[in-house]
Amino acid sequence: MPKINTVARTGNEAMAEAMRQINPDVVAAYPITPATEIVQIFASYVADGLVDTEFVPVESEHSAMSACIGASAAGGRTMTGTSSQGLALMAEMLYIASGLRLPIVLADVNRALSSPINIHCDHSDTMMIRDSGWIQIFSENAEEAYDNMIQAVKIAETAALPTMVTTDGFIISHGMERVDIFDDKDVKDFVGPKKLGHYLLNMEKPITLGALDLQDYYFEHRRQLAQAMIDSKAIILDVAKSFKEKFARSYGLFESYKLDDADRAIVVMGSTAGTAKVVADDLRAKGIKAGVLKLRVFRPFPKKEIAEALKNIKAVAVMDRSDTISGNEGPLALEIKAALFDSNIKKDIPDYIFGLGGREIRLEDIGSVYKDLGEMIDGKSKPKVTYLGVRE
Amino acid sequence: MANIKELSKQKELFTGGHRACAGCGAAIVARQVLAVAGPNTVVVSATGCLEVVSTIFPYTAWNVPFLHSAFENAAATISGVEALYKSWVRQGKYDKKLNFIAFGGDGGTYDIGLQSLSGAMERGHNILYVCYNNEAYMNTGVQRSGATPKGADTTTAPVGKVKKGKEQYRKNLTEIMVAHGIPYVAQAVVGNWRDLASKVEKALSIEGPKFINVFQPCRLGWSYKPELTCELGRLAVETCTWPLYEVVDGIYKITYKPKEKKAVSEWLNMQGRFRHLAKPENKPIVDDIQAQTDKFWENLLKKESVV
Repeated sequence: MPKINTVARTGNEAMAEAMRQINPDVVAAYPITPATEIVQIFASYVADGLVDTEFVPVESEHSAMSACIGASAAGGRTMTGTSSQGLALMAEMLYIASGLRLPIVLADVNRALSSPINIHCDHSDTMMIRDSGWIQIFSENAEEAYDNMIQAVKIAETAALPTMVTTDGFIISHGMERVDIFDDKDVKDFVGPKKLGHYLLNMEKPITLGALDLQDYYFEHRRQLAQAMIDSKAIILDVAKSFKEKFARSYGLFESYKLDDADRAIVVMGSTAGTAKVVADDLRAKGIKAGVLKLRVFRPFPKKEIAEALKNIKAVAVMDRSDTISGNEGPLALEIKAALFDSNIKKDIPDYIFGLGGREIRLEDIGSVYKDLGEMIDGKSKPKVTYLGVRE
Repeated sequence: MANIKELSKQKELFTGGHRACAGCGAAIVARQVLAVAGPNTVVVSATGCLEVVSTIFPYTAWNVPFLHSAFENAAATISGVEALYKSWVRQGKYDKKLNFIAFGGDGGTYDIGLQSLSGAMERGHNILYVCYNNEAYMNTGVQRSGATPKGADTTTAPVGKVKKGKEQYRKNLTEIMVAHGIPYVAQAVVGNWRDLASKVEKALSIEGPKFINVFQPCRLGWSYKPELTCELGRLAVETCTWPLYEVVDGIYKITYKPKEKKAVSEWLNMQGRFRHLAKPENKPIVDDIQAQTDKFWENLLKKESVV
């Protein structure tokens, strides 16, 4: 069994702790609520000489990702953290990081996007850049955030794709929880040294990176990027397997919570999955077969696996903590529906857009979704999109 | 410093075969800077002419490690490269001595990249930033930038029936860099290789952030015959349009003083972008440009006299 140190940590503290144990070569970051603490705590590790990291306190998130790209291209293990407007400002560089196939790891504390300005949780920021070529891993709590950061390093470097690990702003980032932390040496052994392929500081073999790619090559390079994302699914599972072997904690592409015999289920990401599990347990105590599919990996999207997990469930709802503002459902519901369609599963899937800007999601709210699903089993239909918990 | 014969015998680090225009000043800047910097140099470039003409995949003109990421962030990108280098040296993983040089055009430096540049300079990275300043967005087709001088005809401040080209004076980025308190700031020009080479050599011998603003005639945007690039550069210096000077730890030194200051009109008249200024009704604009040029030159002389 691995050595465990049980501590009380916020999500931000847990992520910073993982970064200390990973000991990256370079961290470049810029403050933004509610992610600031991650880099602030990390800066104190640098100041105390606890890490070998060169910390670059840049003047914007755009420069944070630019410096990460420079450091990663040069050959270093590179990390950063941000949120909301910061991620939006980085957007241009996020695409460039994945296009250059740089395994940067980013801690994204989910926060609503302006306008109106708001500092609290929703998933709009991560969803905004969902097609940027980054692997996206959601966390339910501080311990998962810690575990996901450690796994992200291996996933990113094996897949040669940048990877972001998200937590729900304030709910996870600032909520104090029990976290079982591993021994420094065990984490170091697990992540191992970074393997160097082509890198900028190899003066024996100078490379040109970021070349102009026109009609004759761009498409092939984008196709390779698409394939890397497809292939990363197996890598994520491999890393989860070795993580379980070393640390006895289990991860997959998603968690199936009491789904096996469920007749109704909610698909949801992040901290709300924990709340949904409580509601499902209460319903189970009353003899109602409720389940939860907690999606951990949004990119790559585990289409077939989700369809397989949901195929025998009579009524399924999606809870989306962001909106596409498109006249259609939220981003998670659109992907889930496409997954089911491709597996020839015909179901009405109502989408519940909830919790925007940190609006609280209560047990009763989730209870009402399960109640709707019960009514659907009885033959009633429900709206395609319901804005849950809003005054209108 | 090596003489030009020795420099010309070295292996080219910025090779021929790139797609720059005949008479391109930016390619001259890259070649001369690298000739002095040598092979132990890592280059980052902003998006712009230099990057576009030199790295059309699968070809490259760079015989040193080269990275391009985006337009507005060459300084931030090279910050990351240099940070990794520092980290590896501290960890005992790397022991070569390297130069870190970023190239950006005036658009990528004066305008969209100013924040990134300012941040990198303030943080004190051991880098040399070279601005190849051709006074407009040439890669996208000659749009006005913060570096475009008053009176110039560009595609976004064109000469029309009412307007006479750019109405504003150019920004003084060199002085903005001086205000950062960095150890080395200089102005150089295409057409005086010795002055540029000695400035690059001096800059690279100094630890910390360095900035060289290289005035670079652009035959396309300035509209002149390609063989006149170096001559136009020299004339910019002779007219004091672009004084050659350096500021080492805050101390000004003019590295070349024209024996006899030529009239700015002589320089303007050689370029298509100022063609309209030859009309008699536009003489007030020429007079104003001359007055501004004189004022800056006098100021520079005063700054040099303060030790």
